[in-house]
Amino acid sequence: MILRRLVVPAFIGGMVLFLVAPILVVIPMSFTAGNAMDWPPQGFSLRWYSTIFTDPEWTSRIPVSVQVGVGSAFSATMLGTLAALGTTRGRFRGKGLVTALFLAPLVVPVVALGLGVYFTWALGWHIGPIGFGGGLLGSVPGLILAHTVLGLPYPYVTVMTSLRGVDPNLDLAAASLGAPPWRTFFSVTLPLISPGIISGAVFAFLVSWDEVVIATFLSSPRTSTVPVEVYAQVRDSISPAAAAISCVLLLVSVVLIAAVGLLSKKRGQSSTSSKK
Amino acid sequence: MNNVQEAGLVITEPSTPLIKRGGSSLKVTSVTKQYDAFRAVDDCNLTIQSGEFLTLLGPSGSGKTTLLRMIAGFSAPSSGRLELDGVDITAIPPYRRDIGLVFQNYALFPHMSAAENIAFPLKMRGIKGHQRREMVDEALSLVKLEGFGHRKPRQMSGGQQQRVALARALVFRPRILLMDEPLGALDKRLREGLQVELRRLHRELGITIIFVTHDQEEALALSDRIAILRAGRIEQLGTGSELYESPASLFVADFMGESNVFEGRLERQDGSFLLVGDGFTLHVPSVAEDINSSGGQASLVVRPERLTLREASQPKTADLNTVRATLVDSLYLGSSVRHEVRMDDGRLLTVRGVGAVSARPGDQVYVEWPRDGAVLVPTKVDAEAAKS
Repeated sequence: MILRRLVVPAFIGGMVLFLVAPILVVIPMSFTAGNAMDWPPQGFSLRWYSTIFTDPEWTSRIPVSVQVGVGSAFSATMLGTLAALGTTRGRFRGKGLVTALFLAPLVVPVVALGLGVYFTWALGWHIGPIGFGGGLLGSVPGLILAHTVLGLPYPYVTVMTSLRGVDPNLDLAAASLGAPPWRTFFSVTLPLISPGIISGAVFAFLVSWDEVVIATFLSSPRTSTVPVEVYAQVRDSISPAAAAISCVLLLVSVVLIAAVGLLSKKRGQSSTSSKK
Repeated sequence: MNNVQEAGLVITEPSTPLIKRGGSSLKVTSVTKQYDAFRAVDDCNLTIQSGEFLTLLGPSGSGKTTLLRMIAGFSAPSSGRLELDGVDITAIPPYRRDIGLVFQNYALFPHMSAAENIAFPLKMRGIKGHQRREMVDEALSLVKLEGFGHRKPRQMSGGQQQRVALARALVFRPRILLMDEPLGALDKRLREGLQVELRRLHRELGITIIFVTHDQEEALALSDRIAILRAGRIEQLGTGSELYESPASLFVADFMGESNVFEGRLERQDGSFLLVGDGFTLHVPSVAEDINSSGGQASLVVRPERLTLREASQPKTADLNTVRATLVDSLYLGSSVRHEVRMDDGRLLTVRGVGAVSARPGDQVYVEWPRDGAVLVPTKVDAEAAKS
């Protein structure tokens, strides 16, 4: 009884604190009135929040982060959805290998990927007349391409999960009713896998949104993302602006994840309540 | 709506009511489907008349669904051709065939309401607004689901969902309606109710229907003609009573219902034939040529309801086949009584009669049937079919 009522809740509480404490520390520090990240924070002010939205140091980074996040989420979702359709519905040799390749970015060391991407983006990569890359360092398209690779597994997995729940006979039914393949896709398949596409896109965005390693490799002083700048600033100075921008990143993540959670909960309710 | 015209999906007179519109004829010519080493459909030839209700009946793996999928256009035959009203459709994709299909698992679009599901084929054909709504309403009332249009498939019962699927497959006035075990997922009472309704729809609409099932009673109840499939081949094609009363092989006899089989050798006697077997000599009906040529080995098939039970005390009737047996058990089934009897050589027979008998299990009885109440089929038909 003592175990049940005291030890277990205490253990769980400790775990939660351990996980959340580093994040919770940042929030009060971002509201400090002082000039340094001190603990405990001194006074209360929003000055650092106003700094990040006025200081060019930050205001030039935020659009880059948003562009890279949205751009890479969009292309990762497009590619991931097509890949999921191909590997779920298609029949071909080496399907297992292809599936593993699409999931590889989850396990490949980010530093290795970052290094490879760095050289390819900087110098280009040629076999005979076929070439790729070169001159992509410090550019938004370069960052988008690299983050697309990192984000790809998320929409791939979420769309594949949605697709598994779609009866393949629906395609045949649509065809027998007069729908050519492209109309079947847009009026039957796409609406049914849209929850997977949306949550996949959100995850792909979040992967890019707080990614530091690859972004550091590919950034130039002029073009870099918010997390890269936070990391650089924390090493050089102790400006609470880094804490404030971290809180903004955190808020965006929380809002998006909550939205996905609500969406799937609503879907789950409507499908269970109707099953009877 | 260029696209639609190009696809040939133009309903000639969309305003014609569904009732009495008639259907197309379909000709299947030596269609074969080969999967690697396995031949799922083997040289099938079949002609379905306009307005006919034809059932493809067979055990699982007999190729009936494969044949249906080729007619629908989901897979291409390895060889052979399909003609719809005399036009070759072998290479036409399914969405240009104008053939309706009802699936066993309904295959309704879960994100659309019943009415939206039914409107889907009309939308694909560019039928809009008022006319589309009218056609959907007509289809809904045809399957007696007025007022259910706004419901999502998951808010409906299995039987209702299957009616929506049926309405969706009928609303665009298909040239042929295909049904792939459409009642298989429903319970017995619902299935029987829908069978009656399907008969009514077929009668009212005059549409051509090709129906796939493995349930022989369902096939008998619904069809104008039945094609029995076995290992990818059409074993026999005919009306229900033809298949039941004069099966061409033991397989058909067995598949169409319960039967008692006597195997033996044919012997000529005074211009007629006798079947001589282990401990019995039976009169047989007229003998077909192919049996005569197969070395005289034949099987006599007798349906349980053709047999009568005579108790030992009753007098023998002339001109009947008679075998002696022992009553094993009598099962009272309400409309009939089912007797299990054992012949002296241990063979079990099933007799279906009406009314009770005074004989008790263990008593000696005679089993009798008129000479032409049985059918003679070649015994070694399996080996022959495999060879050819």
